Parts: sequence; structure tokens; C-alpha cells
Amino acid sequence: MPEPPYEPDATIPAVGAGGATDLAMEEGETPEQRPGGGPRGTGTAEPGRARSLWSDAWRDLRRNPVFIISGLVIAFLVVISLWPSLIASGNPLHCDLGKAQEGSQPGHPFGFDGQGCDVYTRTVYGARTSVTVGVCATLGVALFGSVLGGLAGFFGGAWDALLSRITDVFFGIPVVLGGLVFLSVITSTTVWPVIGFIVLLGWPQIARIARGSVITAKQNDYVQAARALGASNARMLLRHVTPNAVAPVIVVATIALGTYISLEATLSYLGVGLKPPTVSWGIDLSAASPYVRNAPHMLLWPAGALAITVLAFIMLGDAVRDALDPKLR
Amino acid sequence: MGRYVIRRLLQIIPVFFGATLLIFLMVNVMGDPIAGLCGDRKCDPATAARLRAEFGLDKPVWQQYLTYMGNVFTGDFGTAFNGQKVTELMATAFPVTIRLTLVAIAFEIVIGISLGVVTGLRRGRPVDTGVLLVTLVVISVPTFVTGLLLQLLLGVKWGVIRPSVSSAATVDELLVPGLVLASVSLAYVTRLTRTSVAENSRADYVRTAVAKGLPRRRVISRHLLRNSLIPVVTFIGTDVGALMGGAIVTERIFNIHGVGYQLFQGILRQSSQTVVGFVTVLVLVFLLANLLVDLLYAVLDPRIRYA
Repeated sequence: MPEPPYEPDATIPAVGAGGATDLAMEEGETPEQRPGGGPRGTGTAEPGRARSLWSDAWRDLRRNPVFIISGLVIAFLVVISLWPSLIASGNPLHCDLGKAQEGSQPGHPFGFDGQGCDVYTRTVYGARTSVTVGVCATLGVALFGSVLGGLAGFFGGAWDALLSRITDVFFGIPVVLGGLVFLSVITSTTVWPVIGFIVLLGWPQIARIARGSVITAKQNDYVQAARALGASNARMLLRHVTPNAVAPVIVVATIALGTYISLEATLSYLGVGLKPPTVSWGIDLSAASPYVRNAPHMLLWPAGALAITVLAFIMLGDAVRDALDPKLR
Repeated sequence: MGRYVIRRLLQIIPVFFGATLLIFLMVNVMGDPIAGLCGDRKCDPATAARLRAEFGLDKPVWQQYLTYMGNVFTGDFGTAFNGQKVTELMATAFPVTIRLTLVAIAFEIVIGISLGVVTGLRRGRPVDTGVLLVTLVVISVPTFVTGLLLQLLLGVKWGVIRPSVSSAATVDELLVPGLVLASVSLAYVTRLTRTSVAENSRADYVRTAVAKGLPRRRVISRHLLRNSLIPVVTFIGTDVGALMGGAIVTERIFNIHGVGYQLFQGILRQSSQTVVGFVTVLVLVFLLANLLVDLLYAVLDPRIRYA
């Protein structure tokens, strides 16, 4: 061993709240190497004009390759969700049973699925459903969770205790199991029951984080000062607490978006998520799973698209966390 | 310590009842429990009314819930759609799933922690970057895709394992399913251990241990690991419940007749007794695992004292 690896290493950034999905070292980036690095607020700041956390974070993000790549992937996904015909000329519901399970052909790069539908077209059109589920579920979870958790953290007392017990209850229910029970009754073919279910079981996670970060923020001196100056609760919450407590919620919500897309696919695989004729990666994966031995391409393409999407959101969340986490400064 | 244990146990009670009530309500919304008892045809109204009275389904939901919970505490989980006692189903299903979960946890501990320590001590080196990339990929691919692909490659193409597990479900048959079940958590354990090891390797006590000339192996195993594993133990502990609940996907892929299989059957046949019974036990396992983790804290980290 050339050098004892446990030797204290000054170039390693302090990874504090990093937790399970810490990405900081992936880029091989340390605070010292970080563009515009060094202690924040000195040197690069224009005199007389303090930079906010957000503009600081944005400066960091613009130069972070992980952020640029995942951002581009997500932008591409959003564009093809809105206008799938841009890159796929076919109709995802136009199928020819005679071509069922056939492999790649000119004009049909990904081959055909079990019903003879073009896998490429279906994969492109499936992006819309997955992105819709991910974005709507995340918005719902973030809204519910941060409002309930934030208010509980700010006001404390009985409401806080009650909310903590309620989140405990929801945490006690395994997600996939809950999905099977809850969604097995629903016959609707739209995406809304799935989104509703994810919001129902997802909000406690955000509520806990929002609660914790509001409790931290409200103890700050400037909040106490505002209180002493006679600011109303609403003003303290909106002007002083929220802007300083929202960062962890955004980070966790971004990472959760990817996992929600994956969860939708899992529920669809179990037969309780989305249902045809909706075009989604989860449905295609579920339909492909019995044929995986003969025609693995039917599984691999939608699975690849799904994995890239989930990966992009997780990496985006990690990059945003690195930029917003003051401990990395 | 004793008072803390009692307080935590008391806290579990409302959570347990809340979670089971929630599941009970969900299952009640799930549809007519009588419908499944008459096969594919619709029940005769007179028969339906008699069955309803027999199972107490004509009473309000809260009363049904109380009766059910009363029965559960005397060890009676009711009967499944085919007349089998739910407790009998549990007796065959839980050992299989517990074995599967134990295999998965063994993978998490052995592979996850080893990889985490190796990468944590070699941050920024190629092995670190490589392992991190692999963990990211594992996290982003849904478990059922990983499972289907491993089954296809190992079971069908290369013939290393049997593609489906026999009803005996011995431990060696459960190795690959256990790995699939563990995969995502394995990736998280690796990342968590790595972060924790890297953070603690700069701590003063490690510096002191090195300075007083302890061998490297001892510094890592006695000083660094013991302190770094606290968050990892928490994660693995809370994961026990999640793994048993999440086993439903893995069990479906590899045709394992465990808890997930029984639950799936229960839902298909609208057998609310089976579903509520199994979920109740799973919730209980989850809560007790969390309690155990909290108590383990004090053992692992003497700085934590419970008043």
C-alpha cells in the first residue's frame, strides 16, 4: 500500500448530510478545485452586493458536468414528452400482429413487441406518461408534505405531535404492498389514481424533511429578530423561514421524482399501475416480461429508457444538493 | 434505558393501530368480500345476506375493525377464501420470506459494507468511481428488471441456477433471488458506508490510533469501522421491514411461495382476511425492527445514553 488510505486527507470535502446517495466525489471535485471555490462570499463577490444562496448555487451548477448532462437528458425527455412526433413518426397504437416479437429491422430500430407494435415508437411515446406521473406526483408530494410538515415544524405543539404520529403510521406501510391493496380496486385507465396513490404514501417523507428544516430555520437570529420587531406569523413564515428551509425539500423531491417513475413501472409490472391503452414504459415492461426469454429486446429498450430517466433525476438531485449544501462550501 | 424502552413500546401502539386501520379501510374499499366466495358467478342475494351476517360484514366498519383486532390478539387471523386458516398460510409463507430476507440482508452486510469500506478508503481512485457508477445504475434500474435479466442470464442462458425456486425454497436456491431483492439496498449500503468511512477517516481518534502506531488493520476494524457503521446499522434495520414487503416483486419473478405470493393471491381472490392478516404482521415486524435499531444505537455508540 503506497500510502495509508485512512490518513487524514485535507482535500476531501466534508460530506455531512450527504447520506445514501452522496455524489460529491463522483466528479472528483473538491471545494478547493471547485470553480470559483475557496471560502464563499470572499473574492468573487461584487462589493456591496451580497450573493444569495440561490445565485451561488446556480453559479456552481452551471459549471458542474453532472448537472449539465442530467439537465440535458431531462430537457430532451420533456421535449419528447410534449412533442413525441418530433423523433418518432409512427403511431404507438398501430400494431401488426404478423410482426410480433420480430427483432430490429430497417425503419424499426428497436424491433416489435408481442402485439407487433413498434418498440421504438412506443418507447418514445411512453416518456410522456412516465414524466407526467413523476412530475405530478412530485408536485403533489412536495406541496402536501412541505405545507403540512412546515406548519407543524413552525407552530409545534399538539399539531406537530399528531403529524409526527401520522407520518409514522404511513411509514409503517410498505409502499408496494399499499399500492397492490389500494390500486387493485381501481379500474380507471388514466394516470391519476397512480399519482394520487404516490402522493398519499409519499408526502410523509417530505413532511419530515420540511419539518426538520423549518425547525432549524426558525431558530435563526433573523427570525427571532423579526419576531421581536412584531412581524406576524405569516410574514415570518413567508419572508424569513420558507426561503431558508426550502432547499432540502427541493433536493429530496428531485431524487424522489426518479424513484416515483420507477415505482410506477413496478406497480404496472404487478398489474395494478397503469393500464392499456395508456402507453407507458411500465406497461410495456410488464407486457414484455413473459416473453423475455425469446425476445429480450422488448424488455431492454423500455428498461434502458426508464433507467436513464431515473438516473438523470437522481444525478440532478445530487448535483443540486452539492450546490445548495453549505457544508460543502 | 428501561424507561426509554417502555416509552418506545408505548409509542408503537398508536402507530400499529393507525397503520392496520388504514390497511383495513383500504381493503374494505377493495370491493365486496363476498363476491369472491361464490366463484365467478354473482352470489345469490339470500346466500350473500347469510354470509354477510356470518362474517359480521353487516356491521359498521369500525366495529368490524375492533372485532378483527380482538381476534388477532387471541391468535385468530380468520380464514382465507378457500377455507384455510390464515395462520396456516402464514406458517408456510413466513419461513420462506424470512429466509429470503435473511439472505438479502447477508448480501447487504457482506458485499455492501465491504465495498463501502474499500471505496471509502480509496476515494477518487478508479475502483471508487467504478463502484459508485455501478451503484447508481443498480439504483436506477427497477428491481423487477434486474430480476428478470438475472433470471434470463443465469437461469436460462447459462444454466447456473434453476429459473424458478421449488416449494422447499432452500437457502441455496434463494441466493440469486436474495441478491435481486437486496440489489437496491445493497447499493445504498455501499454508498452510505463509503460516505461514513470517508468522513470518519479524518476524525481525531483515527489520527491518534495511527499516531500511536497501531497496525492498519486494527485501526480500520476497531476504530474506524465501529464508528462508521452506526448509520449503516440504522439503514439495514429499517430495511428489514421494507425488504419483507418488497419481496412481493422478487417472489413473483422467481415463483417463490412466500408472503408476497400469498398476498398477491389474497388480492386476486379478494380475500380481505388474508391481506389484512399478512399486512398486519408485516407492519408489526417493521415497527419492531425500528425499535431494535434504536436500542442498538446505545450498544454501538456509548456516547448515546437513554435517560
